[in-house]
Amino acid sequence: MANSYYDPADLRKFGKITEWSEDIGNKFFEYYGKVFEEGALSAREKSLIALAVAHVVKCPYCIDAYTKDGLQRGITKEEMMEAVHAGAAIESGATLVHGVQMMNKYNKLSM
Amino acid sequence: MEESILPQIKKAAKKSLKARDGELASINKQMDILNGGIFADGELPYFKDKIAEIGHFPLRPKKLEILQINVGYMCNQVCEHCHVDAGPDRKEIMTRETMELCLEVIRNTGAHTLDLTGGAPEMNPNFRWFVEEAAKAGIQDFIVRSNLTIIRANKKYYDLPQFFKKHNVHVVSSMPHYTRGKTDKQRGDGVFDKSIKALQELNAVGYGMPGSDLRLDLVYNPSGAFLPGDQAAMERDFKKALDEDFGIQFHNLFAITNLPISRFLDYLVASENYEDYMYALVEAYNPSAVANVMCTNTISVSWDGWLYDCDFNQMLELKVASKVKHIKDYNEDVLNDRNIVISQHCYGCTAGAGSSCQGTVA
Repeated sequence: MANSYYDPADLRKFGKITEWSEDIGNKFFEYYGKVFEEGALSAREKSLIALAVAHVVKCPYCIDAYTKDGLQRGITKEEMMEAVHAGAAIESGATLVHGVQMMNKYNKLSM
Repeated sequence: MEESILPQIKKAAKKSLKARDGELASINKQMDILNGGIFADGELPYFKDKIAEIGHFPLRPKKLEILQINVGYMCNQVCEHCHVDAGPDRKEIMTRETMELCLEVIRNTGAHTLDLTGGAPEMNPNFRWFVEEAAKAGIQDFIVRSNLTIIRANKKYYDLPQFFKKHNVHVVSSMPHYTRGKTDKQRGDGVFDKSIKALQELNAVGYGMPGSDLRLDLVYNPSGAFLPGDQAAMERDFKKALDEDFGIQFHNLFAITNLPISRFLDYLVASENYEDYMYALVEAYNPSAVANVMCTNTISVSWDGWLYDCDFNQMLELKVASKVKHIKDYNEDVLNDRNIVISQHCYGCTAGAGSSCQGTVA
């Protein structure tokens, strides 16, 4: 066993999750592959969405994977950083919008 | 001033690996890396075993279609990814005598494409004479791989677009990205602006214009340790950006995978990306690309007349496995009856949609 929770080399082994549960593992990868195909959104746009979400869910594997994917698609670093900000803005907005709940509660409890 | 936590952007090198006496200027050292490590440990399969699975070992040529001639390793640029290790300090230049031998072959070959490369082929002092003579052979597709900046490097090259047009040369040029930063990082400061100017000049004489017979194609190599994306999607992005920003037109974009040899291998090792890159190549291995890899329809000739299965093998000094090894003894039938020399760098040509000097193959 490694001495840390995250090992970059583990990303290469992602496909092995099917070994312990073949059917649903394969179904997941089939779904995953389908999601990122060209559709109403381009594969390029989806790659940027994935990069933003990767940051929001703080998945180091996904950040590595979608930074590389972006480079392969010719996505610039400015586009990548803007995508990260879009994710961060939603995440901080999600915190801040709860401020309304705080305000409501405060007002309710106050005379 | 506070120091950035990020590493400083490395400037493109000014000298070839050979001139820097870099460890990987040694072919043996490169072959040790390609044959040892993760392959010798059995972590990744040897290319030979991979193609044997689908009955393609030994790899054999099909009909010869492309004669690729490297007229010298001298170049005005020192690109970080260059598999030739080309640069201003390289003195290996094809002589007129060797060119005469090549012309004899060009006049008699069954190949439909002649492909001149380098270095910067235009820097060979006999380049124009060679093009004029070769054009007379009436070969169907006559390619010159021009790095673009050479057209703006010195007054004596300013008329190259006209010269290419006069001889109906098909120009294939490298352009790593449509933004300044990525291009200059890979190829050196100022390369982007000069390349844009050169493309505009090629357009001005008719190259690359929609419907024009004067073919202008661009080559895209990833500027780092990653594989090229989908060629058609990249072409769309390049066309849109170059047209909108600079009014530039071109015909096709060839997405070429960087092969792990020479300066690119040096970069991979130094940046600790080598293993990940090899994993990526092997994972992206596409069996259907194997049948069409370029060594099955190409012969590569070096500046000193030796024959190779491809320009990459030339740089690894892996000569053809044939009785005919030099242009002076050229015999197409004998040459075509050979086994192609392979190693682990060949995974670069079978990854994803495949890769060749003409772009994807699968």
